[in-house]
Amino acid sequence: MKTAIKIAWRFLTHAKGQSILIAIGIAVGVSVQVFIGSLIAGLQAELVDTAIGRNTQITVTAKTRGGVIKGYQALVEQIEQSQPEALHVSPVVDASGFLRGSDGSDFPILLRGFEMERSDGIYRISGALVSGQLPGKGEVLVGKDLALEAGIVDTVTLATPRGSTREAKVSGVFDLGAAALNGRWVISNLELAQSLFSYKDQVSSIEMQVKDPFRADIVAQSLSAHLPEELKAVDWKSQNEQLLSGLNGQSISSLMIQVFVLFSVVLAIASVLAISVLQKSKQLGILKAIGISNRNASLVFLTEGFLLGVAGAVLGVALGLGLAFAFTKFALNPDGTPVIALFIDQGFVVISAAIAVLSATLASLIPARRSARLDPMEVIRNG
Amino acid sequence: MDNIISLRNINKIYGTEVKTQVLFDISLDIAEQSFSSIIGASGSGKSTLLNIISTLDRPTSGSVRIAGVDTTDMSRADLARLRNQSIGFVFQFHYLLPEFTALENVLMPARIRDGRVTRETMDRARELMKLMGIEKVANNNAGRMSGGQQQRTSIARALINSPKLILADEPTGNLDSESTEVVYDILRDINERFRTTFLIITHDRRIAQKADRIIEIKDGRIHLDLANRLSPAMAGQSA
Repeated sequence: MKTAIKIAWRFLTHAKGQSILIAIGIAVGVSVQVFIGSLIAGLQAELVDTAIGRNTQITVTAKTRGGVIKGYQALVEQIEQSQPEALHVSPVVDASGFLRGSDGSDFPILLRGFEMERSDGIYRISGALVSGQLPGKGEVLVGKDLALEAGIVDTVTLATPRGSTREAKVSGVFDLGAAALNGRWVISNLELAQSLFSYKDQVSSIEMQVKDPFRADIVAQSLSAHLPEELKAVDWKSQNEQLLSGLNGQSISSLMIQVFVLFSVVLAIASVLAISVLQKSKQLGILKAIGISNRNASLVFLTEGFLLGVAGAVLGVALGLGLAFAFTKFALNPDGTPVIALFIDQGFVVISAAIAVLSATLASLIPARRSARLDPMEVIRNG
Repeated sequence: MDNIISLRNINKIYGTEVKTQVLFDISLDIAEQSFSSIIGASGSGKSTLLNIISTLDRPTSGSVRIAGVDTTDMSRADLARLRNQSIGFVFQFHYLLPEFTALENVLMPARIRDGRVTRETMDRARELMKLMGIEKVANNNAGRMSGGQQQRTSIARALINSPKLILADEPTGNLDSESTEVVYDILRDINERFRTTFLIITHDRRIAQKADRIIEIKDGRIHLDLANRLSPAMAGQSA
């Protein structure tokens, strides 16, 4: 064992140029793997974050249209206890109404009554404030587009379709990054929405996020089992099939790229090592004549493959991370933020490196098997 | 005196479709501590015979006993061990490992045997290299030595595991006459000093004539087998 390793090491260091070249070949493969992987993971993380990261991922509502949830405090508590994967479980009152502009015209709005600390976890409103602060008692937060269109100053008048109205102080303006929200949403605390729309001690839905958004359907399913008869849980996945298939497509294409890169790396290593068996056939013939076992002769090549794999993997990870770093530094939006924020998953990097080492070792099995079949006398006789 | 090599009815046939018989029913005994040579024209079958004696090749029929052990049913791993411990090889083209220094080459069979180099082995290697007069090039890479130095290194390598038998295939085939003389003297010296059996394949009649026993192979058969001169090793052998 030790002898085989020593011989392998000497073979590698004796043909330094060749060894370095092979290691670089492996490294390029690994770095492409790491870079493309991080890039696609970053893209996907960004897409997931914009599409569903700042949104409810599971929503509990009544099965009947316009139905309400009674005794929501107990239900929220129950969900929090029974579903450890659920995050930011928030009762919400949603109601369509109007906002009277400064010139007297009505703008359609969606009044969203939040339990502010909880819903802030989902929508990250506090981070999206353009001015002012989160609404307190009797206050509302309006979207940037609505504020502009309606000429909102300090106070607004909210109206329900049934005609009741209420004055509210504007605590601030938000920008959630989507015109549909900025032009229609008015955010208040739960009490204001409840009293204006006569919800009393009820809410229209309970929203939540899930630790792993892609498990939303599973969590929703287990949640449904515990819900009262008249309620249902809807997850984002069942409502966004197109987005989901897009994400899946991206994952699969990323996997395909990685498989092909891996494939070419394995082929390159196998062919180079196969040639090196031919180059070393004289040495192998001598070693076999002086009594090296086939097992140890094979081990020489396995060790070579392993060492080249390790060197290539280390170099490749460094190169890949360097590339990724350069990409975030030089491929910038006009505002100076990276075009794509890379997502560097340590686990993924480690797995990529491990796969490179493993495939280099496996690739060297081919020449190792060849070395076992080599007839020493053939070599020794023919020079 | 026991026989270190004992061949019985060795036949060797190459090919499956077109069969070519290279060796015909050869039986041969080589006594321990003897110094014998095998001669023959190229194509006579002498190299095939050496391959079979060295266990690198198997006969089509017949038995090969090396140091009293029948090799017929031995596994390849066992044969590798037998070669490593009981047989030393000296080849025509020296065949050192170019990636290693002269000393490392000499140590290689011991490293294969033990998995490491003990102090005793190291001392023995240095002693052997001194005996061969190559202690000055011990740390040279194999490629940076003269042909004679390389061949002496390969002799030291053949001796490191103290084998009972050394097989030499045209050991001087590649050397000038002066180096040939030196190498021959060394082989003869080892034979006397360590009681190592030598079997030398050569087409060089000058070398062959210095052996105790000359065996000539012709057309795959033993054509001639004669004692060259009276020596203690030859006492029990018939010519």
